[in-house]
Amino acid sequence: MTPLIILAKAGVYFVMGLSLMAAVGVVTLPNIFRAALCLAGTLLGVAVLYIALQAEFIAVVQILLYVGAVMTLVIFAVMLTHRIGDQTIRQKNRQSVPAFVALLLFVGLVGSLLLKTPWSHAPLRANPIDTLALGRALLGEYVFPFEVVSVVLIAALIGSIVIARKD
Amino acid sequence: MDQLFVNLKKALLNFSSSLLPDWTVVLVSILISIGAIAVFGPFTMMYLTWFERKLIGRIQNRFGPNRVGLFGLLQPIADGIKMLTKEDIVPEGADRVVHLLAPIAVVIPALLVFSVLPFGRNMVAVDLNVGFLFFIAVSATTTIAIFMGSWASRNKFSLLGGMRTIAQLVSYEVPMVLSAVPVILASGSLSTVAIVEAQAGWNGFKWFAFTPWGFAAFLIFYLCGVAECNRTPFDIPEAESEIVAGFHTEYSGMKFALWYMAEFMNMFTVAGLSATLFLGGYQGPGFPSWIWFFIKTYALVFVMMWFRGTLPRLRVDQLMGLAWKFLLPLTLVNVFVAGLWFFIPALPLRLGISIGLLMLSFAFLVWLNHPYVPEKRVYQFAE
Repeated sequence: MTPLIILAKAGVYFVMGLSLMAAVGVVTLPNIFRAALCLAGTLLGVAVLYIALQAEFIAVVQILLYVGAVMTLVIFAVMLTHRIGDQTIRQKNRQSVPAFVALLLFVGLVGSLLLKTPWSHAPLRANPIDTLALGRALLGEYVFPFEVVSVVLIAALIGSIVIARKD
Repeated sequence: MDQLFVNLKKALLNFSSSLLPDWTVVLVSILISIGAIAVFGPFTMMYLTWFERKLIGRIQNRFGPNRVGLFGLLQPIADGIKMLTKEDIVPEGADRVVHLLAPIAVVIPALLVFSVLPFGRNMVAVDLNVGFLFFIAVSATTTIAIFMGSWASRNKFSLLGGMRTIAQLVSYEVPMVLSAVPVILASGSLSTVAIVEAQAGWNGFKWFAFTPWGFAAFLIFYLCGVAECNRTPFDIPEAESEIVAGFHTEYSGMKFALWYMAEFMNMFTVAGLSATLFLGGYQGPGFPSWIWFFIKTYALVFVMMWFRGTLPRLRVDQLMGLAWKFLLPLTLVNVFVAGLWFFIPALPLRLGISIGLLMLSFAFLVWLNHPYVPEKRVYQFAE
């Protein structure tokens, strides 16, 4: 079965490369609408990686929430903000070089930490993660944090409406 | 007959495994499924356009296409050749890359959702654990593609159409998903195949649409599905009497054909999903399972075209009001009714309670949404 595994790995690395390229596009493209589209591409790539890791439910929720809802909101905001959509905005200033050096240092630090940490491996599974078990855990064992998060979200929603109201 | 296509695929696989090395069998199996969908989708679209033109013609007392081939059956092919040979016009000042990518990006989700539709017993490309959610999530990405097209055209009408599309699709997605919650509650799974299997029994007629909550949910889901496809009476994104052609004003040739292809394939898949969730999918007596699926799906597609021939277009405020002030509260009541249905064991009692609650809330919502009509018109400045 080795050729299949090689193909699958090649596919996963291909998707990783594409989403990284799209991520670079988000921070470098001068046109803000194109940058937003690149962000959608990155999020889609991450969703495909979730599918490759057999977390179908997480992948679908990622597409539904981030690509479907959040990206739509972002693009809507770009469109409603006057003149941003047409103009080309510079995405760098004089601090680019120091920022890049700091980024390299940060990546080196985090990378060395990641490599040193002894990660616990989950056993390889043949079946995708069960959505039923996820639902039961959310509404059984973790029902209290789940409800608290919902209350926080509702509070944020009401708060934003109160702030946005003019009168 | 029932397993005709499944056996066909098996025979193809056996044939290919005798020629190719062992590890390619998985790949060939995937390729056969993809190939079948990639051929079936556009082919369905071609003949749905013919069917729609014939049907609308009949409704409007004329013949429809009848020159090319018998009954105009070759008309879609002639149209395809015309589309391919047309000049591809890109407006001055348009974002060329995004303008090109948008119609491609809209066809991909329209084709992807075919993969979770169970066309017949054992005839599903991928039986995903989260099939229904996959369908909703993938079709939600259509909004971005439509917005890409409308923005890249650099045309006021396109942009207006794109804005309208987003408002409409985002609004109608909420009642659409919520109306399917009772079905998921009843079948205990998100997989489309498991949902169809949960409707087995009663000689193939134990459909969810025959329960009070199922009937209400079916109507809501179907209406929202029609809105998601941008079809009349919900076609304000491309209302030709207001904004030329909406988001595809600046498209011509094959790019325009791709927009159309996505719309017609969405019609088919939404009708197919409605049939899967509420009308028992491929369940039915007598005929092979895939024939039942196609009968139900095409019947729902027929009703969509009938809508187009009959109903006038909604105004923007009416459209939003229908989704947020009528369908959404009704779905919430319906989720509650479905919960009661599974909680109360006695059949007459639960039948009475659920029908009563649904009728009551329907009447109440209709009363609440009643538009304000003044009894006597007062003309302040006329006299």
